[in-house]
Amino acid sequence: MAITKKDVEHVAKLARLGLSEEEIELFTRQLSAILDFAGSLQKLDTKNILPTSHAIPMKNVLREDKVVTCQNTEDILANAPAEEDHMFRVPRIIE
Amino acid sequence: MNKKTAHELNNLLVNKKISSVELTKAVLDRIDKTEGKVQAYVTVTREDALKQAKAADSRISELPDTRIPLLTGIPIAIKDNMCTKGVLTTCSSKILANYIPPYNATVVEKIKAAGAVIVGKANMDEFAMGSSTENSGLHPTYNPWDLERVPGGSSGGSAAAVAANECILATGSDTGGSIRQPASFCGVVGFKPTYGRVSRYGLIAFASSLDQIGPLTKDVTDTAILMNVLVGYDPKDSTSVNQPVPDYQKALIDNVKNLKIGYIKELLGQGIDQEVKASIEQAMKKLEELGAKLIEVSMPSFEHAVATYYLIAPAEASSNLARYDGVKFGHRSKEAKDLLTMYYNTRREGFGAEVKRRIMLGTYALSAGYYDAYYLKALKVRTLIKQDFDRAFMKYDVLLSPTAPSIAFKFGEKTADPLAMYISDIATIPINLAGLPAISLPCGFSKKAPIGLQIIGRAFDEETVLRAAFTYEQNTDWHKQIPEL
Repeated sequence: MAITKKDVEHVAKLARLGLSEEEIELFTRQLSAILDFAGSLQKLDTKNILPTSHAIPMKNVLREDKVVTCQNTEDILANAPAEEDHMFRVPRIIE
Repeated sequence: MNKKTAHELNNLLVNKKISSVELTKAVLDRIDKTEGKVQAYVTVTREDALKQAKAADSRISELPDTRIPLLTGIPIAIKDNMCTKGVLTTCSSKILANYIPPYNATVVEKIKAAGAVIVGKANMDEFAMGSSTENSGLHPTYNPWDLERVPGGSSGGSAAAVAANECILATGSDTGGSIRQPASFCGVVGFKPTYGRVSRYGLIAFASSLDQIGPLTKDVTDTAILMNVLVGYDPKDSTSVNQPVPDYQKALIDNVKNLKIGYIKELLGQGIDQEVKASIEQAMKKLEELGAKLIEVSMPSFEHAVATYYLIAPAEASSNLARYDGVKFGHRSKEAKDLLTMYYNTRREGFGAEVKRRIMLGTYALSAGYYDAYYLKALKVRTLIKQDFDRAFMKYDVLLSPTAPSIAFKFGEKTADPLAMYISDIATIPINLAGLPAISLPCGFSKKAPIGLQIIGRAFDEETVLRAAFTYEQNTDWHKQIPEL
């Protein structure tokens, strides 16, 4: 199944991924080839087959919702690209 | 002494024939001499390692011999996707080039508690996406057996560091073969435990239903020793299983009499290099001589394993990697006039080509209109693959195949065609999709490059895998070969 340049641009937008013109060209070609290859799965009859999301049975694990003090705020904030008054600074989001 | 295994060195350390400081210095000297050629490390933690070595030496002098943990004072390398508190952890990506974790991964805590000396962080394919370490966003790693060949991937730095004696043992992570395939290419032992055996708290996520941490070592005994340190339930990882943990060293039994081994027909036919096939057949003959029963088994669903994996893994990755948005940690683009351009430009500048390709592929497979045809279909085929294994394990104790269809390939050989690179994972991918334990161990050479034998076990039956691997190893000497560098 061939995918178009427009498909690639749409998916890049969904993924919040900036791509150059060359990358859009390249991925249009490469993703088409990979999806063609993956298309072979369509031949398999899976009508009565349940999907497997985890190989080992898993269940949701919940814990008590409890307030605790964060011990290493400084170490965490040291990784922030921009920080002010113990908060992450980001570009303006509301006019 | 850096050529020795952990269990040999433990003996020398406990009997005070050597000190951990001497051993650690020998490893650091080796790193100084060979890193120019191999480039296995992203970061070498020289000073911290020597401090840890000193602490290990005092622990050895204080504790009674029998109470000294086996890894005390042994230099180890950690794959750079496992968080080390206060030590750069890049995942070999530009987007995390300056990331200093505020906490340790659970496996790092366990390794430290066991007294091992962390000498550095090992290079890898960016975000563990790749089969050659050529996708590292920082620099390539070279195969110690032949510098023109790749070390495999994604744990290529870990495997190369062990093979080049730039550490005694190492950790890796395996999503579609990322421990076993580099172990095969570098002539060392690599083990992926059952999904859920090892806590992934602090492991930078790639594909959460597939990722698992495991050892890379010089022999099977060291693998069992490091397994004993790594495994166990962790409340911080809700996918880690609360199951009794055996002593894996007790599984090191030199006996495969009447063990039923199924060799996988589909992994010894088309697409497998003749030299690899010949080595595997020799290994099968050896195991037969040692008393095992070898029977051919067919796994028809394997034909579809690569396609299945390359939908599921990118889908999970596209979701996991959404967190790299330039807000709280990692790279942020300077071209960020509003929130959207900050996201677009941060991710454009920070991710390499393969990571972008997989985010695109995964986002597409999950997007409206394509979810059923691609992602859901792949999950159903995953069930078929699991059923093939279930059927096989009703008859056989372990399964056998080559770890990779070829020896280590040369740089650039597969980079132009992503599909060619993906297909090289054919022998390892089905095991991750089914969540099973599997080991790769050296079983021969072709053109002076190592060949790996893969042994696969039932879920949570790491012991039978170790027993078969140990028996083969004790009766051959492939694992004693050392590359000339």
